[in-house]
Amino acid sequence: MSPKAKKSFQISDLFRSQMMIPVIAILLLTIFNLIIGPSFFNIRLEENNLGNAVLSGNLITILDNGSELAILAIGMTLVTAASGGQDISVGATIAIAGSAILKILCGDNPHPETMQAPIILAFLVGILAAMACGAFNGILVAYFKIQPMVATLILFTAGRSIAAWINNNELPIIKDIEFSYFGGFIPGIAVPTPFLIAVVCVIVIFLVMKFTNLGLYTQSVGINENASKLIGLNPVTIKFMTFVILGVCVAVCGLIKVSRISSINYSVIAKDIEMDAILAVALGGNALSGGKFSMAASILGAYVIQYLTTTLYRMKVPADALPAYKAVVVILLVVLSAPTVREFFSKRSKKLKTTRRGVA
Amino acid sequence: MKEHAVLEMKNISKTFPGVRALQNVDFTLCEGEIHALMGENGAGKSTLIKVITGVYDKDNGEAYLAGHEGPVTVHSPQEAQKLGISTVYQEITLCPNLSVAENMFIGRGSGAGLNWKKMNADTNRILQSLDIPAKANQQLGSCSLAVQQMIAIARAVDMECKVLILDEPTSSLDEQEVKKLFNLMRDLKNKGVGIIFVTHFLDQVYEVCDKITVLRDGKLVGEYEIKDLPRVQLVAKMLGKEMDDLSDIKGEQGTYTSDRSEVVYEAEGLQSNAGIRPFNFHINKGEVNGFTGLLGSGRSECVRAIFGADRVLHGKVKKNGKEVHIHKPIEAMKNGIAYLPEDRKRDGIIGDLSVRENIILALQNLKGFFKPFSKSQTYKFADEYIKLLDIKTASADTPIKSLSGGNQQKVIVARWLLANPDYLILDEPTRGIDVGTKVDIQKLVLQLAAEGKSVTFISSETDEMLRTCSRLIVMRDRQVVGELSGEDLTQNKIMSTIAGGEAKS
Amino acid sequence: MSKKKSGGLGDRIRKMSDTNLLLTITIIVFFAMYISAIAFMGSGFLKPQTFCNILNNQAALIISACGMSIVMITGGIDISVGGVAALVSMSCAVHLDYQNGSVFTAVLIALGIGLAFGLVQGFLVAYLDIQPFIVSLAGMFFARGMTTIVNTKPFNVAHEGFKALKETRLYIPGLGSVNKKGAFVNAYVEIGVVVALVVVLVFFIVLRWTRQGRNFYAVGGSRQSALMLGINVKRTRFYSHLICSILAGIGGFVYFMHVGSGSASHAQGMEMEAIASSIIGGTMLTGGVGNVLGTLFGVLSLSTIKNIVTSAGFDKAWWTGITVAGMLCIFLVIQSVLMSWKKKAMSGGDGNS
Repeated sequence: MSPKAKKSFQISDLFRSQMMIPVIAILLLTIFNLIIGPSFFNIRLEENNLGNAVLSGNLITILDNGSELAILAIGMTLVTAASGGQDISVGATIAIAGSAILKILCGDNPHPETMQAPIILAFLVGILAAMACGAFNGILVAYFKIQPMVATLILFTAGRSIAAWINNNELPIIKDIEFSYFGGFIPGIAVPTPFLIAVVCVIVIFLVMKFTNLGLYTQSVGINENASKLIGLNPVTIKFMTFVILGVCVAVCGLIKVSRISSINYSVIAKDIEMDAILAVALGGNALSGGKFSMAASILGAYVIQYLTTTLYRMKVPADALPAYKAVVVILLVVLSAPTVREFFSKRSKKLKTTRRGVA
Repeated sequence: MKEHAVLEMKNISKTFPGVRALQNVDFTLCEGEIHALMGENGAGKSTLIKVITGVYDKDNGEAYLAGHEGPVTVHSPQEAQKLGISTVYQEITLCPNLSVAENMFIGRGSGAGLNWKKMNADTNRILQSLDIPAKANQQLGSCSLAVQQMIAIARAVDMECKVLILDEPTSSLDEQEVKKLFNLMRDLKNKGVGIIFVTHFLDQVYEVCDKITVLRDGKLVGEYEIKDLPRVQLVAKMLGKEMDDLSDIKGEQGTYTSDRSEVVYEAEGLQSNAGIRPFNFHINKGEVNGFTGLLGSGRSECVRAIFGADRVLHGKVKKNGKEVHIHKPIEAMKNGIAYLPEDRKRDGIIGDLSVRENIILALQNLKGFFKPFSKSQTYKFADEYIKLLDIKTASADTPIKSLSGGNQQKVIVARWLLANPDYLILDEPTRGIDVGTKVDIQKLVLQLAAEGKSVTFISSETDEMLRTCSRLIVMRDRQVVGELSGEDLTQNKIMSTIAGGEAKS
Repeated sequence: MSKKKSGGLGDRIRKMSDTNLLLTITIIVFFAMYISAIAFMGSGFLKPQTFCNILNNQAALIISACGMSIVMITGGIDISVGGVAALVSMSCAVHLDYQNGSVFTAVLIALGIGLAFGLVQGFLVAYLDIQPFIVSLAGMFFARGMTTIVNTKPFNVAHEGFKALKETRLYIPGLGSVNKKGAFVNAYVEIGVVVALVVVLVFFIVLRWTRQGRNFYAVGGSRQSALMLGINVKRTRFYSHLICSILAGIGGFVYFMHVGSGSASHAQGMEMEAIASSIIGGTMLTGGVGNVLGTLFGVLSLSTIKNIVTSAGFDKAWWTGITVAGMLCIFLVIQSVLMSWKKKAMSGGDGNS
């Protein structure tokens, strides 16, 4: 095979690759927004209430608000790949992690003047809490072989209650400005911090994928568990591990979420985010039944979801009604990617081709 | 349609992605005959049956049924039942969570309600008349596999069918039960039912059948009266070659010598949770041995125990003279043991991953989680083995599932060769693959042995075992019943040991 | 063989059908729980009205959980039932108060919403072979979103005819207790309870004595086998989702009758409680095993334990969620362990014979 032939093969491969779905979605949304009015894309440098020069505009909002989703999509992609199911408790566990972080920062007094503990300590506790939740889900799924979505249904319902219980249902408020940096802007940097955190997370996961066999192992377990066992992999450990990794992602999201408002609202924080995270994975062209995945496509998918959300807001759709629209998108996506539907279309196109050939 | 024919299939073709399972196959079944459908694994028997029963849609061809004008298209098993085609499959296709009576009657009859009393009474009557040791209100899952299989047959028989298909129904039955089944088949035959009988046991074919249709590689070889086709010829037709073709490999075996002094692997009282009796086993450097026995005799379970694929309960294991602990596949791999599983699709290939990834997986896992090979290194490995084993694939990045069965098997072999084990277990490596690849793999086994590696080889085809192995461990009813080597390695001797009797002592 | 006694018990358990085994466990658990409630929480639990109140409060859940059980027996799952109930209550509330509709048309709306969800979800699951969880997750979000689109603010219904219906109390003759003033008060149930009990009875009969009912079990037990046995698997799965969603619609209306208001936050977590009740009631998550009678006991058990937790001093709102989740978790693990034990016992027996 000549090198030239090899290259052309790869380019044609790219067109068939998973990245096409989110890319096409971005193009469609962009065209739609351009037609409605190109002012959507304006970016300004403004001074915020702390006196910092920061970027603002819809695109920045997308990058900012989509960050939690992108971070979650990393973990969700791995969980999906290895276990063939999704974790629907992420929203609730974000509440738990956020609540734990605030508890450490506040100490006994829910409205302290200064933080009672260093942020890093609080964050570590948050990570531990979220990892424990992930481990709980992981044990149910990997060891007891309960369907992921049913197993995570437990924390999905109990999570917010647990979060409220951690802080005795009080609403702690952190007055220290330093804490709000994680969900806002660091002085002197015009780019929103959540986006920077997301970038760091993405870099970390790509390094991990490059220097370990995480990707290969999760995929092979997700595609064929029996065969994976016989080449010496331990599916239980690998599935468990993906849930714990998702736990870490959840903790990072929790930090950003509570930092954004310097407080927490147990029933509203990260509401419906599980749906968005699943949607991001699906939009990235990954099979929700597990197996092969593309991490980059999932992350891009997450930002596409945020793009969609921002566009819907622009169309004056109220926040509570958003799930209805997104549900329609999910159904359209899964219907289009359903094997029976694909088969139907491929048969159709084949027939079309043969009839065309017949005419010619 | 021919006279007396109850079922006629003409020009049937069926293609799966990457495989042409059936090509222009004709098949005719007359009333009151027992018709054997023969062929090796992967010859297309199961596909043909699934086309007849409407599980698969055929791509091409026509089917005719007695009493129906013109071609009939069967879309679902339900429709097949209504048309009078009953089927008993090799894998038990009953619902383990329902009672025996329900399994007899579900999916049949009409009306919305159920009359449990009548169902149970009818079932008990049928069970009694066929001597099946089960009760109507028992949950099916609590019956043994053989009883479940008998119940499946009873169900099929009880339906007023014109065509009865028995797809390897005898693999889980013992001799007594097989006899019962044959009596039943003869009864039905006298009543004018046409029976299609698929089996691997030649004896059974010559005992009950009237006609034989042979398939090979998805093509029709021919239809024969039983009296016109002696066994040797039947085997030759199934294999698609005359006996001479095989002699060249056999010649190589003569040159093989094994170094008896060096025991590579030794197990004492090994037992797993898969229901086999504890067994002793050893293999020498450069030796090829094998486990033989009927399907379900426990031969696969034995090698799985050696590899730690099932949960090992107890047993002492020595590798190269040193006592080792092998309870998990990874531990076996670290001790230089490789295992090619029996069911390629279920346990072997990782379908969506590329050929390259499938090849490197075992070695990669041995190397460790934190030490991935570089991409270029993996390409080098893959290209090397694609060339070495002559794997026919578009590129190293092609998903393995789009390869043909034989090439998939070669990829799995490559996976283990790359891991460079000194003891290789091959469980049915030649199942369902084309004849050319079969010979390739047999040659490879002998070549590996010549290089000083030890190989345990399992195959359903005894002559394949005879050609490659120098020692055979014979299994029956999940325990080792004998060991044959040297001059004892003949078809007859193996058969008699499997059948029991003198070898039992 | 040495431990003859335990072997005998194990043997009996092994021979029991899965459905009956789990049903027995459920009923034992329920009675044990109720008796311990009486023992530790005082005589409040002895009053018939206490028990009737459990029924009154849980009528909607009983209905939804029955539908859930049927889907789960068939091997699927439906987490949209809570959302459907919320949508039904809001739509009916708007219809009754803002559009001056009649109770009869409100019932039709409830059934229509259930039917619509059932048709769409059933089609997607059965004929397009999409994972039921994804389909019903989308269904849940769609229903919740639609509820706020129908009307954003929660409000109480003032419709006269509806209020009369809501406050109808059916007194049970002969059953009751003596109140503080010394007068005998009959225990009462609401109309919803009657609907719930009828639903349980009807589907108990359907599942036990009809062809379609047994098909649900067959498909849940082994889809492949069911197909080979000549059952129309797709249609059976479709029906299961259809029935579930229609029951969710009816359950939504009963819920609406009980609370008398429309709100987007109604029936929050109902899907979870329905699944938990089904599982506690002996329906296997893997399909093929279960019973609506068990589901009824599952709902009662869950409700009893919630009462116990509340009266034990854990009266903060969040304890309810944690309790339900905990119960679900325990029973899931019990099922998983029990079934793997049974399987092991079976295969072990095979090997020795």
